[in-house]
Amino acid sequence: MQRAAAASPHRPPIDRDILGRRVIAGGALALAIALFLSLSIGATGITLASLPRALSAALAGSEDPVLMREQLVLLDIRLPRAILGMFVGAALGVAGTMMQGLFRNPLADPGIIGVSSGAALAAVATIALGNSLAAPLTRAFGIYALPFAAFAGGFVTTTLLVAIAGRHGQVMIGTLLLAGIAIGAIAGALTGLIAYASDDRELRDLTLWSLGSLSGASWPKVAAILPFALAIVVVLPLVIRALNGFLLGEAEAYHLGVDIERTKRLVILTTAACVGAAVAVAGVVGFVGIVVPHLVRLLAGPDHRFVLPGSALLGAALLLSADVIARMLVRPAELPLGVVMAAIGAPVFLHLVLRRGIGGVE
Amino acid sequence: MHSNGYRTLLAAGMLAGAIAALPPAVTAAERTIADSGGRQVRIGDTSRLVSIGGDITEILYALGTADRIVAVDSTSQFPPAALKTKKNVGYMRALSSEGVLSIDASLIIASNRSGPPEVVKALKSTPVPYFEVGEDLDPAGIAKKVRLISRLVEREPAGEQLASRIEHEFQTLSELRSAIKKPARTLFVFNVVNGRATVGGADTSADAMLKLAGAVNAAASVTGFKPLSDEAVVELAPDFIVTMRRTAGDHDTGQLLTMRGLAATPAGAAKRVISMDGLYLLGFGPRTPSAALDLMRALYPDLPSKRVELGR
Repeated sequence: MQRAAAASPHRPPIDRDILGRRVIAGGALALAIALFLSLSIGATGITLASLPRALSAALAGSEDPVLMREQLVLLDIRLPRAILGMFVGAALGVAGTMMQGLFRNPLADPGIIGVSSGAALAAVATIALGNSLAAPLTRAFGIYALPFAAFAGGFVTTTLLVAIAGRHGQVMIGTLLLAGIAIGAIAGALTGLIAYASDDRELRDLTLWSLGSLSGASWPKVAAILPFALAIVVVLPLVIRALNGFLLGEAEAYHLGVDIERTKRLVILTTAACVGAAVAVAGVVGFVGIVVPHLVRLLAGPDHRFVLPGSALLGAALLLSADVIARMLVRPAELPLGVVMAAIGAPVFLHLVLRRGIGGVE
Repeated sequence: MHSNGYRTLLAAGMLAGAIAALPPAVTAAERTIADSGGRQVRIGDTSRLVSIGGDITEILYALGTADRIVAVDSTSQFPPAALKTKKNVGYMRALSSEGVLSIDASLIIASNRSGPPEVVKALKSTPVPYFEVGEDLDPAGIAKKVRLISRLVEREPAGEQLASRIEHEFQTLSELRSAIKKPARTLFVFNVVNGRATVGGADTSADAMLKLAGAVNAAASVTGFKPLSDEAVVELAPDFIVTMRRTAGDHDTGQLLTMRGLAATPAGAAKRVISMDGLYLLGFGPRTPSAALDLMRALYPDLPSKRVELGR
């Protein structure tokens, strides 16, 4: 990539398509490596070499404690965790790209449409009021009350915002942005109020939740996020051309034949669903939504044909790698995912920005 | 006859020696004990323990089973040796399933406040028994917890001794409390941040401790640990201030009274500030009765000192 940048003044620039394909291939390779590491490294020291044994033991219903332990670690702890990690990383990467594309603002993140503040408010309320006001919810959903509430909170806020900003069949992007700030402030105030009324342990839980973790990964959670993962796959091809049109401006996109309103709604709802689901299973993991799309743009240019899938792959790879580090560094304990993510990702990002210049288009 | 008896004696001696030399694991029969959540847990070998919860670790140490603990959680602050010499599985509410499994323990004893719930669920499904212990702040609960854990690790005599000592100490405390004529209005100051004092209101461990020591919580009108303004602190008008000692030395007592609100209270004016070790004071483990007694002595120096021979 350095060669390409240095050579560009003298030779015709390398075809963007080739560069984009390289970035996608690189992202896929990084994800494959991260997935392998995530499945084969852990506090117990069990490696993928035990997988055939564990699988056959699972099929035979073996009662051997050693095999049961390997089976549990590989199939019930690491595998759902890796799948959730990939989903969360990909969903946050894609959501960030779509928001930045829609708002034509490099600093836009999924938080703009209220999904984060709404999810946080609902989650905090569930943690703090789980034994009192929200008791029916915790009884009905058991240990899934928190993820369910987070998802519902994010979705309700987003729907509310779109309703506020949508008049005469149009979603006003400017109104959406400002209303998002106002609703975010209200949600933040309510969250703060609940935090103020919480006891020490609830506060500790709130803090941990806001730092993100994949340690609660389980197969039911994987099943719960499956529809959202499918939604990403279905929606991506539909919005690529429209988002490329938006790069030029809303009016220009309209003249290019892009269905502006349909795109806005599709992008906003997909983002809300994906981020809501990601927050629900992993808590708040910042950084990916802003940084990964920029990283991909730095490397591949602004074409959404490459930025969207590239962000999905790189987001997944980055999140999985951060999770491996989070659970290995202080084993048998675990570091919060968000901490590792920012501590590793931010310096790398800064380095790239300083070397290549912001935006990656020049 | 004589040589025959000698031979029998020798044989008996050898047999006894052989039995004594057997590893203890062989004698550990499998038992089923109901945990605090009502779950029937099959307990086998108890030679390698993971202790999750500061109170549980403290009780295991008090029962003389410290050498059987392989790993503790980060709330196991007492005795300090626990976190220094054992593996640390992290904060009890943020456990890692694989992390706890990697310890290769034979029994996990965990507070029922452990989490996250998915991890606890996964740990309960492993072949390693996972025994949940409830958390109580009342005197009967502490003794009950000691008995339960002692049964679990087969130290019933030591457990019974410790539990009845705790009960006896609580009994002594309640007798002493009834001798108090004028209960002291006491404010528990958790910490002072940015010139604002965070105090222990109702439904806190601090409130429970003040009650045990025969004091009246001056901040009973608030619930939980809450930061109060200077004005509100003056309004509470405590006769005593109780605070947690951080490091050696008495400097933070003086620092506390530089706060105008606290200094203006009757307690502040008379410099009646009691500073005690935080874990000792609020840990709610085997040391709780003696902590309550220490606090009571500090609050009521004139209290009849009969039967205050509490053990540590």
